[in-house]
Amino acid sequence: MAIPSYATRGERIWHYVFLGLCSLIFLFLVGPLLIIIPLSFNAEPYFTFSEAMLSFDPAGYSLRWYEDFFTSSEWLNSIKNSFIIGISSTVLATVLGTIAALGLSSRHMPARGLIMALLISPMIVPLIISAAAMFFFFSKIQLAQTYLGVILAHTALGIPFVVITVTATLSSFDTTLIRAAHSLGASPTRTFFKVVLPLVTPGVVSGALFAFITSFDEVVVVLFIAGPEQRTMPIQMWSGIREQISPTILAVATMLVLLSMLLLATLEMLRRRSERLRGMSPG
Amino acid sequence: MYNVIKQVAGRRSVRIKRTSLALVGLSALAAAVSAQAETLNIVSWGGAYSNSQQQAYHEPWMEKTGDEIVNIDRSANGLAGLRAQSQAGNVTWDLVDMLPADALIACAEGLIEPLDHDALLADAPDGTPPSEDFVDGALDECFVASIVYSNIVAFNTEMFPEDNQPSTIADVFDLENFPGKRTLMRKPINNLEWALVADGVAPEDVYDVLSTDEGVQRAFAKLDTIKDQVIWWQEGAQPPQLLADQEVAFGSAYNGRIFNAMMSEGQPFEIIWDAQVFELDGWVVPTGKLDKVKDYLNFATDTQRLADQARYISYGPARKSSSGMVSTHADTGIEMTPHMPTFPPNFATAIPKNDEFWADNIDELSRRFDAWLAM
Amino acid sequence: MSDSPSAPLTTADGVPLKVSLRRASRRLKIKALLLVSPLLAFLIIAFVMPIFDMLWRSVDNPEVSNALPHTVEALENWDGESLPDEPVFAALAQDLKTGQEARNLGLVSSRLNYEKSGMRSAVMGTARRLSRIEPPYKTALIDANDAWGELDTWQLIERESAPYTLSYYLAAVDMQYTPSGEIVEVPDYLQIHLALFWRTFWMSGLITLLTLVLGYPIAFLLANLPARRANLLMILVLLPFWTSLLVRTTTWIAILQSQGVLNDVMVALGVIADEMRWQMIYNKTGTITAMTHILLPFMILPLYSVMKTIPPSYMRAARSLGGKPFLSFRRVYFPLTIPGIAAGGILVFILSIGYYITPALVGGQSGRFITNYIAYHMQTSLNWGLAAAIASILLFVVIVFYMIFNRLIGVDKVKLG
Repeated sequence: MAIPSYATRGERIWHYVFLGLCSLIFLFLVGPLLIIIPLSFNAEPYFTFSEAMLSFDPAGYSLRWYEDFFTSSEWLNSIKNSFIIGISSTVLATVLGTIAALGLSSRHMPARGLIMALLISPMIVPLIISAAAMFFFFSKIQLAQTYLGVILAHTALGIPFVVITVTATLSSFDTTLIRAAHSLGASPTRTFFKVVLPLVTPGVVSGALFAFITSFDEVVVVLFIAGPEQRTMPIQMWSGIREQISPTILAVATMLVLLSMLLLATLEMLRRRSERLRGMSPG
Repeated sequence: MYNVIKQVAGRRSVRIKRTSLALVGLSALAAAVSAQAETLNIVSWGGAYSNSQQQAYHEPWMEKTGDEIVNIDRSANGLAGLRAQSQAGNVTWDLVDMLPADALIACAEGLIEPLDHDALLADAPDGTPPSEDFVDGALDECFVASIVYSNIVAFNTEMFPEDNQPSTIADVFDLENFPGKRTLMRKPINNLEWALVADGVAPEDVYDVLSTDEGVQRAFAKLDTIKDQVIWWQEGAQPPQLLADQEVAFGSAYNGRIFNAMMSEGQPFEIIWDAQVFELDGWVVPTGKLDKVKDYLNFATDTQRLADQARYISYGPARKSSSGMVSTHADTGIEMTPHMPTFPPNFATAIPKNDEFWADNIDELSRRFDAWLAM
Repeated sequence: MSDSPSAPLTTADGVPLKVSLRRASRRLKIKALLLVSPLLAFLIIAFVMPIFDMLWRSVDNPEVSNALPHTVEALENWDGESLPDEPVFAALAQDLKTGQEARNLGLVSSRLNYEKSGMRSAVMGTARRLSRIEPPYKTALIDANDAWGELDTWQLIERESAPYTLSYYLAAVDMQYTPSGEIVEVPDYLQIHLALFWRTFWMSGLITLLTLVLGYPIAFLLANLPARRANLLMILVLLPFWTSLLVRTTTWIAILQSQGVLNDVMVALGVIADEMRWQMIYNKTGTITAMTHILLPFMILPLYSVMKTIPPSYMRAARSLGGKPFLSFRRVYFPLTIPGIAAGGILVFILSIGYYITPALVGGQSGRFITNYIAYHMQTSLNWGLAAAIASILLFVVIVFYMIFNRLIGVDKVKLG
């Protein structure tokens, strides 16, 4: 955002004030996430910087909260549960969502708006309402307090993300590419694998990532419908925060921030590749 | 293009592997649950209390039988959990630690088993049958008490000068002489009783006064005087934590949690025994689980075990025959008796919690309490 | 396509072209529907049916008629003006006896206690004493518990013997039935839910406004930077978006609590005294700060995608036509961003009124939302009918806003990341 050459002095000042404001807002966005990283290495059981930490005394820092985490069977078990539930529901949501997106992107789809609105609704309906409703209904059909119940619930919550990302990819999909492949003599199968799939995959994968993170981060529904065997990591964090705040939670939080950075990097990579494949950007 | 396809194919197979792994994990878990019929899922309150049960009952039992005991800290939502499980037709809890008021409701809903106490439970060492050995009110249709515990207010002695330490429940409501924040349970129970006692009502008249609308108004008016100094807690672990951090000067709590913080962490806390609200707590058996847990229940409620538990936490045993056997604290070796709610000097102004009053009035008073809080 | 009835076009095998086209399009329609149907079926079972089940539960009223069938039948001929006669009391005694044996009095006693305090022990206490009760039942039952001698007890039983009830919805909006069946407000000291709905709405409105104020400049900056730098800065917006909600809430606890980072800094800088630390959490400030942070990306992303489509030449044109910078912004640029403001605003508002976790963890007493009371009635008071009624009202509000959103923007225009 360069300053135009005809800008007045007042505008120049305003320009820098504006950039300063934006920096502050960026700090508000990201600062809190970065602050917990050093805090998680605190040698003291407090939620703030100790004097030893501020004077960069090595004794003020320790890995004890990470050790706490990796030696606690409760935490490790909850991670295992989170992965079992997250992966299973992601697979289900991705398969169902992708097939449905193929139908939705057809021009002949009847009642498209209505169906789309229905498919997106798990994202819009407040979680507490979904959780209460699922608790009542799943109890009746004996799915409450089971892995299957939690997986199905998380699948429902993840589906909107898959549907949105895959239909978005498909809607920008240039169908002339298929005709081009046919006219050059490729069989439909060959066309699907060599043309359609590579172009659609980034959308499917990012939808799947959304679905996974939705499940991996979900507290409310698990709180209501899961039994003690299905205790997930967010539940472990939730009760930790409510009962007594031990810095172990900060260690977990730090690892989760790193995980989200990793996911973000993957998504960015996918986005770039998809743009490159469509010839939308150079490189 | 080929690279892309290879990558896609690679990723697909990875995903398939993950799925099958997850499925294998699921089925292994299911197998593990059904193969080890001797795993007992026992629901309790967590923290220091579960720990005392672990030491006094669970570990000797596991050693004796080879059973495995899984502790589930869900007693705070015990009734809701039982209802949900029974509706779901999938009761995973085998034994639940519960308050008698909740047990009464669960019993009337058919969620828990009626118990034939004399047939199920062990006699005292001298042969006294359980029905005579347990204290009054400890044995109800579907309930067997294991402890007598107490709701008290404690304070951090470092927050007040040595010559001016609080000693009565009225001091908790006296902001002038005893300033500082208080933390109280976010429920009307206990708070309304204490407010009335602090306002001059005799402990034995509390529930009579509370049964009138003027009495309820009087209690809320008294609570109003400290309202903006109160942090409301919801988990039993919070008050000792807040007291230790000196975020509050006073905190209402279960007496065992305060004792535990004093003993194992050396916290400078003191308990105000004045107007303690005491009640029983004990076991209920979810419907259909009696055969599975009756041996454990017999063991965990015998005279020795109840006396043993008092070595780990300052809750009084519910059996008369155990009282004489209460000895010293397991870690520090101090005499336990003076720390028990039932120790006579502690017990002088005690209020027995009136379960019937609360069963009838909890719905309306909770709502009134919430409305009062939100104002 | 225009009709020409005189000479319809046909395909090679003689089928009219219109018919053939319609067939082809029907085949494609069916194919599309088939692709969508597994997902639709799944969502109907895992999501739609639960929601309808909840709606049904908010009016369902089986407790009294299930547990007290004979009493209800005997009350049919009752005038409702004075205490019922012996047959009704005898029927009640019979129902209580059966119920005590079958252990199904718990639900009805709770149900009646929601409407009239004291009914729990009236039902359960009387049932327990039943073995010692002899006819005539009318005097015996009134002896056992005063509630049976009160007219409104019987009016209550008669009213709640209907298979459906509005009681839960009335309670959800702080109303109740009088014993004679009129609908009135509950006394002041019991009013809570309306105030909480109102608080949820105004705080969500404030949060939406704050995200707009903070998000607008960021979206503007991102939309007007060269792509490469904008993408880099976009990461700063997306990182919080992708980070666990619990992590973001935890971090605000670490920053805002009275022994937290911000207070420590202020004390160290001498801005505040150690005993005068700010109370920034476990109240409205805590909820508003944390939720503004959490929902900010949901405002920035729609704003950004709208601003991206506004050619920078518009502003230059406005300037070259003599507009002052602020005026050109207000008259030219700002109106073009209104669709983005509407999209982001409604999205943030919808998400905000349904939030549960953050208000529960950092809201303390004054920063709670109505969602916290849904959880409270689900888990603690166990009044599931009331929880369902509050949830249904909230759902209705959300659906209204969702429809506005859909009308204005279209749900398929939602972009993620």
